[in-house]
Amino acid sequence: MKPTRLLWTPALAFWWRDVIRFLRQRNRIIGALATPLVFWLLVGSGFGPSFRNPGALTSAAATGSYLAYFFPGTLVLIMLFTAIFSTISVIEDRREGFLQGALVAPLSPAAIPLGKFLGGTTLAVLQAALFCVLAPLAGLPIGWHQATLLLPALVFVGFAMTGMGFLVAWPMDSTQGFHAIMNIFLMPLWMMSGALFPMPAGTGWLYWAGALNPVSYGVTAIRSSFAATSGMALPAGYLTGLVVTALFAAVMFVISVNLVSKRSKRN
Amino acid sequence: MSESKTHAIVISDLVKSFGERHALDGISLEVHRGELFCLLGPNGGGKSTLFRILATLSLPDSGAAKIAGHDVVSAAAAVRSGLGVVFQSPSLDGKLTILENLRCGGALYGLTGTELESRITEASKALNLIDRLNDIVETLSGGLQRRAEIAKCLLIRPEVLLLDEPSTGLDPGARLDLWAALEKLRSDHGVTALCTTHLMEEAARADRVGIVSSGKLVALGTPDELTAAIGGDVISLCVSKETGADQLAKLITSKTGIPATVVEGEVRIEHGEAYALAARLAGEFPKEITSLRIARPTLEDVFIARTGRLFADQDLEPDMNAPVKKKKH
Repeated sequence: MKPTRLLWTPALAFWWRDVIRFLRQRNRIIGALATPLVFWLLVGSGFGPSFRNPGALTSAAATGSYLAYFFPGTLVLIMLFTAIFSTISVIEDRREGFLQGALVAPLSPAAIPLGKFLGGTTLAVLQAALFCVLAPLAGLPIGWHQATLLLPALVFVGFAMTGMGFLVAWPMDSTQGFHAIMNIFLMPLWMMSGALFPMPAGTGWLYWAGALNPVSYGVTAIRSSFAATSGMALPAGYLTGLVVTALFAAVMFVISVNLVSKRSKRN
Repeated sequence: MSESKTHAIVISDLVKSFGERHALDGISLEVHRGELFCLLGPNGGGKSTLFRILATLSLPDSGAAKIAGHDVVSAAAAVRSGLGVVFQSPSLDGKLTILENLRCGGALYGLTGTELESRITEASKALNLIDRLNDIVETLSGGLQRRAEIAKCLLIRPEVLLLDEPSTGLDPGARLDLWAALEKLRSDHGVTALCTTHLMEEAARADRVGIVSSGKLVALGTPDELTAAIGGDVISLCVSKETGADQLAKLITSKTGIPATVVEGEVRIEHGEAYALAARLAGEFPKEITSLRIARPTLEDVFIARTGRLFADQDLEPDMNAPVKKKKH
């Protein structure tokens, strides 16, 4: 066999394997879907009466209720959870599992990240789409116009979330370490993204925390998708949100490929 | 490159350190084509480090290694294309069936479609797995899993197979099956296999054995050559507490002129006429000797003779994740 560095065939195998594994583990589906659902209902109902949506943001949601406000944020949380579950396996898989075999195969350094990113994105988008069925309960419209905008937003957010999970998981040697990073890094990114509460305008630290947080743009893209109308005009913030999220996803991918291609003397 | 025609693996002066510790301290050896070669050594002796370098997972500090003529550092992609690797811990996905694992495994090497399917049939026939292809891997016995693992490696029709402690966790029956499978691969397909092990009986089945201890190659040859070099049979004496093994060893050496060593509290003598010597010793030291054993030399005796130590576990191999100076590749 001539020396080659394979990309698509192995990447698709990883993708397929992730999907099959996920479908065979029912508790994972329930975990990734039920936790945010409960969170949405409890937090949403609890905060509802005291929530006042600032005027600037009401346009994005059909109603001013907190359940409606929190709905896009919950979608992002579902995607974050799914991405985390699908990348956390990398930690053990690499030392004792399927990935060991991949590391001695003649692969392009992009093959493993590409496969994992595609797998994580597929699962995250599927779970999020399932949750979207509940949108009318929150008073949000969900039809062709919304779905058309929502799908690319979900895909890029899923890709970016899987990317963050992969970057955290790859250098780790224990799942405990992953949980620590998740709690002090990934969850705050989500909380400071406008998913849980509207980020204030102005120049305060909270404003900057939101403006510099790439997750904010994903939340914005998803939230504004629900405000789609039959006209040609895109809802405010949608395009910026989508472009920034896509760029962020691309950056995550490039860093991951770089990380995987390193064969250090440390091993 | 005439060397690569006769040698499947050429290792020259490999050195690898983890901080202060030399995991490999200048190892050189060659594995011939079509050979079943065993790297025997206690845990922590350096054989896993050597395995990881040969498998292109880790970089040496200095020295070189070639597999089928390709350098493992500078031509890793070429090495990987023709190398089958069986890891100590399973590399199959337990949630998938054997067939699904084989398909995924083949895809990693760019195999698809009818070519992949025909190779799957060929490999599963070679390892007697054809009836089990649709079983979920985690429901299978350890022996079957290991066979499926080897089948996955065979999909690429490798020139060289590397196996890291392949019989770990297998019962004796499954171990025999595994060796039968390796021997068949060698005879039917001319596959060269390098296998690390800490089991003497396993190494005794190989064509040639390299014994590794403290990062050095301390013996190399066929099992018969190595044991023949001991120079006779081995007498082991248990000694009464009053005398002590050191004292008795000195007494024996001064009286008979035959070198006696002490290994783990027992006196040990290699001798061409062990039976006659044993009878003489039993007569001369009836009080000091509490029990006496004569045995044909084994690879363990070879290890003891070359290192002066019992084949017990040495220090564990260095922690892969311990902080050490990181050098970029």
